[in-house]
Amino acid sequence: ERSNLAGVRHILLVLSGKGGVGKSTISTELALSLRHSGKKVGILDADLCGPSIPRMFRVQDSDVHQCDGGWVPVFVDPDKSISLMSIGFLLEKPDDAVVWRGPKKNALIKQFVADVAWGDLDFLIVDTPPGTSDEHISTVEALRPYKPLGAILVTTPQAVAVGDVRRELTFCKKTGLRVLGIVENMSGFVCPHCSECTNIFSKG
Amino acid sequence: QVALLDIDICGPSIPKMMGLEGEQVHQSGSGWSPVYVEENLGVMSVGFLLSSPDDAVIWRGPKKNGLIKQFLRDVDWGEIDYLIVDTPPGTSDEHLSIVQYLSATHIDGAVIITTPQEVSLQDVRKEINFCHKVKLPIIGVVENMSGFICPKCKNESQIFPPTTGGAEKMCQNLNVSLLGKVPLDPQIGKSCDKGQSFLSEAPESPATSSYRSIIQRIQEYCDQHHFQEEKII
Repeated sequence: ERSNLAGVRHILLVLSGKGGVGKSTISTELALSLRHSGKKVGILDADLCGPSIPRMFRVQDSDVHQCDGGWVPVFVDPDKSISLMSIGFLLEKPDDAVVWRGPKKNALIKQFVADVAWGDLDFLIVDTPPGTSDEHISTVEALRPYKPLGAILVTTPQAVAVGDVRRELTFCKKTGLRVLGIVENMSGFVCPHCSECTNIFSKG
Repeated sequence: QVALLDIDICGPSIPKMMGLEGEQVHQSGSGWSPVYVEENLGVMSVGFLLSSPDDAVIWRGPKKNGLIKQFLRDVDWGEIDYLIVDTPPGTSDEHLSIVQYLSATHIDGAVIITTPQEVSLQDVRKEINFCHKVKLPIIGVVENMSGFICPKCKNESQIFPPTTGGAEKMCQNLNVSLLGKVPLDPQIGKSCDKGQSFLSEAPESPATSSYRSIIQRIQEYCDQHHFQEEKII
């Protein structure tokens, strides 16, 4: 039986040690850029407590349907060039909190990796919550047989964020995940009134 | 007398922010000693247990819960007026465990932090629901990164625009207190990175007034609460 990931050419993980640095935003922009260059992209939202991806594509009210191969991902447009899977689609109400301990989170992540009928994709982007815990360990373990291309790490300039990202780099090293590179987000703000650039979240 | 407990096991930021990076925890007969910033401010974090700042704590839930239990049971805090617990984002093991382990004692409540944009509020509504679920009182919500004043032209920009009414609207809808809004001041990030007190470094900043007003409201809530408790007793 053909695996649901058999038609996926490249798998990318978006990681950060730190919360609030813009992982989901970068995952979204990455998907949109890839679509712009003619690629078919899927996003797997592995942030079970704070799933941001559905709203970023304005499909937060969509439902997920089942097919023979498993779950049908949610398409964001009639072209079907970007498809999504997120726990956000499985909640009865958008404000429902997912108050789960590790084992339950791990089980859903395994399902998300194995049971979503992605079809043929050029890229599958996996958006993660901050940290180096259950979701991350389970995601890397579940994806290992499919040989992910690597991870993109997101940080903001200040040392407190970079500190967490250095830990995330250690995580990648320990789990054998190749690091494709680091994105420094929120890198300076250009005032729309006078064009002065301020480093709101420090520099360096 | 204040104790700051950092239960963000994967991303412990408190040591650096308090200027305590590189400090180690000492054991004695009475347990683990917190690391003191000042005589009346003690800190505990997994950060003090790591040998290098690059060390990753790659633990699943149960192991994280074990350490949180130890932090509460084995740290010799002494007599304290306030125990502040910093948590990681989410509604998972750390959050469930800290509420569970502290259930025998009395938690005054939770202060919930958000930024103004809907993507943030979306998650914060879940956090508010979490508090209701575990019967954790909510002291109020703080809207952080609420506007930025350009140092050159002094015009205000909304870097994280409150497209759905920000924390103010959310608090009205959910009947929760808005404790205050803190504007973005580049000095805040710098002070945290250097491990210095922003309130001391930038006493004239609008962010400092916001922080002070929020802290006062939290203290008033706690004082009121104890007064009501004593009345009942």
